[in-house]
Amino acid sequence: MPENSVAVAMSGGVDSSVVAGMLRARGERVIGLTMQLWNQRRLPEIQSEKATGRCCSLDDVYDARAVAQHLGIPYYVVNFERDFEDQVVKPFIDEYLVGRTPIPCTLCNNFIKFDRFLDMARGVGADRIATGHYAQIRWNPDNGRWEMLRSVDRAKDQTYFLFGLKQDQLARTLFPLGGMEKAAVRELARELRIPTAAKPDSQEICFVPNGDYAAFIDAYFREQGMSRQEAAGELVSTDGRVLGEHGGIHHFTVGQRRGLRVAAGEPLYVIATDPASRRVTIGRDRELLSERVRVGGVNWVSMAAPAEPVRAEIKIRNKHIAAAATILPTSDPDRVEIRFDQAQRAVTPGQAAVFYANDLVLGGGWIE
Amino acid sequence: MQRYYFDHNATTPVAPEVLEAMLPMLTEVYGNASSIHHFGQIARQKLDAARAQIAALLGADPQEIVLTSGGTEADNLAIFGAAGGGHVVTTAFEHPAVLAAAQKLDHTIVPVDSRGLVDPESVRRALRAETKVISVMHANNELGTIQPIAEIARIAAEAGIVMHSDGVQAAGKIPLDVRDLGVALYSISGHKISAPKGIGALYARRGTALQPMMFGGRHERERRAGTENVAGAVALGCAAEWIRTHGEAENRRQETLRDRLEQQVLDRIPGTRVNGAGAPRVPNTTNIRFDGIDSDALLIALDLKGFAVSSGAACSSGAPEPSHVLLAMGLSRLEARSSVRFSLGRSNTLEQIDALVEALVESVAHLRKLSPAYA
Repeated sequence: MPENSVAVAMSGGVDSSVVAGMLRARGERVIGLTMQLWNQRRLPEIQSEKATGRCCSLDDVYDARAVAQHLGIPYYVVNFERDFEDQVVKPFIDEYLVGRTPIPCTLCNNFIKFDRFLDMARGVGADRIATGHYAQIRWNPDNGRWEMLRSVDRAKDQTYFLFGLKQDQLARTLFPLGGMEKAAVRELARELRIPTAAKPDSQEICFVPNGDYAAFIDAYFREQGMSRQEAAGELVSTDGRVLGEHGGIHHFTVGQRRGLRVAAGEPLYVIATDPASRRVTIGRDRELLSERVRVGGVNWVSMAAPAEPVRAEIKIRNKHIAAAATILPTSDPDRVEIRFDQAQRAVTPGQAAVFYANDLVLGGGWIE
Repeated sequence: MQRYYFDHNATTPVAPEVLEAMLPMLTEVYGNASSIHHFGQIARQKLDAARAQIAALLGADPQEIVLTSGGTEADNLAIFGAAGGGHVVTTAFEHPAVLAAAQKLDHTIVPVDSRGLVDPESVRRALRAETKVISVMHANNELGTIQPIAEIARIAAEAGIVMHSDGVQAAGKIPLDVRDLGVALYSISGHKISAPKGIGALYARRGTALQPMMFGGRHERERRAGTENVAGAVALGCAAEWIRTHGEAENRRQETLRDRLEQQVLDRIPGTRVNGAGAPRVPNTTNIRFDGIDSDALLIALDLKGFAVSSGAACSSGAPEPSHVLLAMGLSRLEARSSVRFSLGRSNTLEQIDALVEALVESVAHLRKLSPAYA
């Protein structure tokens, strides 16, 4: 096989199927690969007929294979179950249990799709990979960097989950859907006669049926024969008064209002969680606001690490509307401090902060 | 692209003489072998002749051959048919057709040593008063290692236990005589020996109590109900006949090719070794470990160059899983995941072996260049 092939990560869904079809129509040598990430026969007690948002089901593999056969491209399933469990599932559970709100998709992108998968692609003779992500990559000759931009279809934009990509990864990656509207992708799927053209979109956290994290974690612990430590603790006010008890810190996330069971004259919210003391701090809405945020594990994408403060718009959640801020470098090159122009509500440790300049993804990191 | 096939332990192409023998059974000789009329009698005649050929390959009498849909059914029939709900002793590296069947019953799994051999004494130690069946494969599908079946069968005979051997990977590759082996039950499969998928046989020594698993008509001496697959039987008979007449020479030829493949790989690619090299092996199989290589990647890279090889067993999605056979003989997960099986057959030539070696040299070098673990 010549070196100039493209390996397409095929999930069996419409987006990655269209990617394979587009590249094939363009005359590229395409190899279809499906990543087997999670064995859906595990944890049978949380499976159901109605479960949505599942990846790696046999049906998805059949769909991907049918698309590959339709397009006439070589196709293989590669088994990354062990890597996925170690690098995505276990960190997800660890984070969740200490009261943070993890983003498994970003871990999967950083450690599986743009690492293991890229290696596998190179190993079998594909010098580039292509995925169905909604994001754009372009080469900027002026600063000699690969830049990432938000997708043309703003509603589908996935750059929030892709800030961890390094320059050498971007250099080998194609996002053919980044310049298209989703409706046009579906239309193209019909034109290319892709068998899965009418398949519904998948959900974000692929291995957790119905988005029920707690049920997934309970079932996983039972399967592993592990017991959850006693997790109960105190609910305290911002001035340190004990207001009540709670059943486990993992039930709380910053900004949450439901389930506090504390009587007060005005609505109360989770302000902070502290895994060491198992204390959950609650307070009024305005106490959720923060102007300054520390961010670690920073990766710079479209620009080199700055020596001076940088103005940017910053997203602190996927659905957050990017807010104007100044990024201040610190003595640690992996860390920055963010000062928002206007205080932001519910800045949540464990979530990503992604820095934008208009459509350009400057970089991002993890909120501490 | 020119494609070469080195996965004959997975399946083989139907040989031309086999196809020629079976085709009329699908067109002209369409009678039901159980029918009384002429059409039935002609079919019965073909079936009987085929059964005699199959029996001759195994050194058995025709009445001792139960035709089945394949190796899995033969193995299942042997274990469920002879165990009668009792205890089964089998080994860690059996084919799933045996392992999964044994796991439905009270069972003990005997380990395998680092050469890929079962120690007869460990089988003896696993026996219990209620043990009904011992099932040990004759040749392992991934390693090709030949097990001491005759010795284990003597242990079974002393204890009055039914001895079964899954001979799917041995038939056609080594001389066979079920009486010399001393087994009561022996499974073979058509598609591993140039007959089509969908036909197999279980040898059941006269007098062996065997409960049927399929119920219906009184076919196969009431051991396996279902209208006889005459075309399949004729194909299997023809394949058996070919082995009796040409097998020895062909196996010597394949052994020479296999040895050349091993020698070339070991000489030209550093960090390689043959799994199971210390044991007697069937002549067509070699299982080679390439240090620092992910066998999935090597398999795909070779396939894209036109060379079909195998690594581990595919799960239902088609994604390879680490081989339970290699894990059973004590390889680490990493070692098991860097091992590839090459299994030769009638179509392979010296030129193909040399082309395969060149492709391996190139692909292994490329993969190691990318592997940070291999410096």
